[in-house]
Amino acid sequence: MELEDKNRIVITVLGEDKVGIVAKMTGVLAKYEANILDISQTLLQDLFAMIMLVDISKTKISFEELKEELQSAGQELQMKVMAQHEDVFRYMHRI
Amino acid sequence: MLINPDEILETIKMIEMENFDIRTVTMGINLKDCAHPDIEVVRENIYNKIIEYAGQLVETAQKMEVKYGVPIVNKRISVTPISIVAAACEESDYSSIAETLDQAAKKVGVDFIGGFSALVHKGHTKEERNLINSIPKALNKTDRVCSSVNVATTKAGINMDAVLEMGQIIKKTAELTADEGAIGCAKLVVFANVPEDNPFMAGAFHGIGEAEATINVGISGPGVIKNIVEDIPEVNFDELADRIKRTAFKITRMGELVGRGVSKELAIPFGIVDLSLAPTPAVGDSIANILENMGLEKCGTHGTTAALALLNDAVKKGGAMASAHVGGLSGAFIPVSEDQGMIEAVESGALDLNKLEAMTSVCSVGLDMIAIPGATSAETIAAIIADEMAIGTINQKTTAARIIPVPGKEVGDEVEFGGLLGRAPIMDINHFSSAKFVKRGGRIPAPLQALNN
Repeated sequence: MELEDKNRIVITVLGEDKVGIVAKMTGVLAKYEANILDISQTLLQDLFAMIMLVDISKTKISFEELKEELQSAGQELQMKVMAQHEDVFRYMHRI
Repeated sequence: MLINPDEILETIKMIEMENFDIRTVTMGINLKDCAHPDIEVVRENIYNKIIEYAGQLVETAQKMEVKYGVPIVNKRISVTPISIVAAACEESDYSSIAETLDQAAKKVGVDFIGGFSALVHKGHTKEERNLINSIPKALNKTDRVCSSVNVATTKAGINMDAVLEMGQIIKKTAELTADEGAIGCAKLVVFANVPEDNPFMAGAFHGIGEAEATINVGISGPGVIKNIVEDIPEVNFDELADRIKRTAFKITRMGELVGRGVSKELAIPFGIVDLSLAPTPAVGDSIANILENMGLEKCGTHGTTAALALLNDAVKKGGAMASAHVGGLSGAFIPVSEDQGMIEAVESGALDLNKLEAMTSVCSVGLDMIAIPGATSAETIAAIIADEMAIGTINQKTTAARIIPVPGKEVGDEVEFGGLLGRAPIMDINHFSSAKFVKRGGRIPAPLQALNN
């Protein structure tokens, strides 16, 4: 199993649906030049879930810093924000 | 979408709602080259080597936690059995080496360090006797050091002299650490067929067949399996086994990913993933609850051994496919104090020591974290160990005993260790004597490897 060098992360925003979630999150990503490759919305049990695949190879700040920025933006909307390297999902679910 | 939302949400659900985590990233370090006749030089060598190798371990593991978004609960170190490292020492009390291990562990920030160990399944050398005699003092003087002694193997049989000795050592350790509920005994484990690459405590050490240094990973995830089993109350055993297998695959895959990440970052070879389902005292993160969700009213009732056998086998099958190298203990753990469901089963009278012993014949690791009355004799403890060792040697598997005779406590009482070690109700033991039996001395011969019925 080789680890990927690509710098793509998956951002999951979880909470009660409300106005402005996408705008808020994409605003943070745009500010630091993180490129959204894909975006989708679904439900996890009763919670609203927004999932984004984001390329951070040209981002001006580190992954850790970006994660913190996203999480504090999420807090303002009372949403939980998780960010993980895409490898997690590729390796956990696929052979 | 490039990534399937269902897969992402499944992972998020495991981590956020089902206590899924990586239980431990354990760095194994060879200390053979630290040997010297002067114990003070040995101590200095050991300290320097651990700092050099493991100085970045915690930081790197934390980096992986952020990168992959999965908690790594413990960062640990295992070292060459100290009986080997200290063999050339003129000093016979090795407890000062344990203090050095403790200091080094605290300096690099790991939760536990294992390897205050000896392998005496066929007989003792001088240094192994020294080490065993140093155990009570070593565990009393340290916080993070773990100790293990292998007293039996399928190829050598059971060293009954060592079994009796360990009964006495456990008693002595309990007495020395009596004011903390005999916590020393929670860090001391007696093995049959001990694995050399186990990342779990208290039995971890860096085996003599291992490389200079390795990264081993122990997975967790009883909570995840519990929810899967809960979701499918009506399915038959074929389907049940299959669903557990698939989930075990995913859990193990995460362990492999994290282990490889740490290994790559530190430029230390990746060793193994240990497939053991390790419970925690958190509600729902329990092996007992998995068995109960299979349809048992309480863990410990008739059918428990069969349920555990199914679970253990399915986890191994799923995990073996997910990882390039599987090792360590690799089976479900059934520690009483660390598993809320087990504690409740004992308290309700559904689970007793005899049933636990039967369960250990189909899973790792053995009679684990069992608190018994403080008045129990060393001979009775030795006999409990002997039974467990017999199950291991005959069945060609690892078994272990981590028995805690809590001074001043009796059946009905409880002892609290805190953290991952949890709390344990004092369990009843058989009150008839085994003293004459365990005092015979010598070895129980190695079992026949054919005529297996």
